Amino acid sequence: MKRHHMGTAAGIVLFVALCAGLTAAEQSKPPATEVKIDNFSFSPAELRVPVGATITWTNRDDIPHTVVSTDKVFKSKVLDTDEKYSFTFGTAGTYTYFCSIHPKMTGKVIVQ
Amino acid sequence: MSNDEPKERADRAMFNDQHEARAERAMSNDGHDDGVDRRGFLKCMAWAGTGAFFMVEGGILKSYSLSKLPGLPTASAGTLSFVQISDSHMGFNKAANPDVVGTLKTAVDRINALPTAPEFMLHTGDISHLSKPEEFDTLDQILKSARAKDVFFVPGEHDVLEDEGAQYLERYGKGTKGSGWHSFDKKGVHFIGLVNVLNLKAGGLGTLGAEQLAWLKDDIRHLKHSTPVVVFAHIPLWSVYPDWGWGTEDAAQALALLKPFGSVTVLNGHIHQTMQKIEGNVTFHTASSTAFPQPAPGAADSPGPMKVPADRLRSVLGITDVTYLRGKHALGIIDSSLEENS
Repeated sequence: MKRHHMGTAAGIVLFVALCAGLTAAEQSKPPATEVKIDNFSFSPAELRVPVGATITWTNRDDIPHTVVSTDKVFKSKVLDTDEKYSFTFGTAGTYTYFCSIHPKMTGKVIVQ
Repeated sequence: MSNDEPKERADRAMFNDQHEARAERAMSNDGHDDGVDRRGFLKCMAWAGTGAFFMVEGGILKSYSLSKLPGLPTASAGTLSFVQISDSHMGFNKAANPDVVGTLKTAVDRINALPTAPEFMLHTGDISHLSKPEEFDTLDQILKSARAKDVFFVPGEHDVLEDEGAQYLERYGKGTKGSGWHSFDKKGVHFIGLVNVLNLKAGGLGTLGAEQLAWLKDDIRHLKHSTPVVVFAHIPLWSVYPDWGWGTEDAAQALALLKPFGSVTVLNGHIHQTMQKIEGNVTFHTASSTAFPQPAPGAADSPGPMKVPADRLRSVLGITDVTYLRGKHALGIIDSSLEENS
């Protein structure tokens, strides 16, 4: 979305067009995807989603867990039983994450 | 498994297996003829739940049946007696124990009923379930009725949620260094409280960290190697079961520093069951929880709270009573369950 050497007027036109494009994308955003936290593991542990997808983690254990990106991109608060956390992935890439309380619990989201 | 009954039987079977496994572990460490054979030991375990007595002399574990307890030495001059409690999880209210306040109160009753009044208590972490102020308040209130007034803490991972342990330090960290590590001396025994529940790395285990290890090295620098050392920390400092995170990444470095010492006892919590191991001069021991049991390593899909029949719950919770006899180089470790007849 960056065209630095464009004329100002053209730039504004492009900007407006992009904004319109984003709104359209929002209206038809990909369906939400669920990750369950069960038995001290993320399920599915690896997930492929399109750019713009929202993932919701739900803790189904009797013990609190967290969802923390290894690269500090996202970080949930502590999720007690049945609590949820959602994050929307706006940029393509591979995101590894873990539970900061039980670091043996790891997961991965691949955004394409 | 079509109805509830086999499920309960399965629970009990797992329960018994766990005890048997523990007893076998204990016996395998016992190269001495102490008059208790394996069958006798198991019988004793079956009767007393987690109750068992271990005497450590010169780095060798001896096991005794509980029926012999009255004949064991009681308090005398130069004896140090203290109690370890652990994993109280104030605020936990799930099926594995809907009344963690009640079981903690029972633990305090047990402490108050010990034949020798403990001089102080160690709490090896997971005071709270969710690091909420009212959870810490509840434990503080209940421990006020214990005979032993001084309590030395180290945090569990449940005590440092959200704030990297700031609240824990404010409440329990007076006079400690870093994230709450500290040391003190009682009757010639050097106690070291270590913190291994912060800055955990993805895929890893408990962590002490370079700063704490440097402090430890300095802390023990001037101690005579004949000084008995008691180390306490939340997560086990030995590899109990790394698949479930039951171990500490850099524990080997801490233990290497303690190698010159003749008597080292390491007390941990976290795994909600008693377990012990002898390695050279070091005795490792984990305490029961006062809140809920967890499965034996690998005995379930996960280390989550283990549901046992309600009438068995108190037999899998407990306290640990430790006695040191000056000049004897001996630490007696007794695990007592919260059950009425234990």
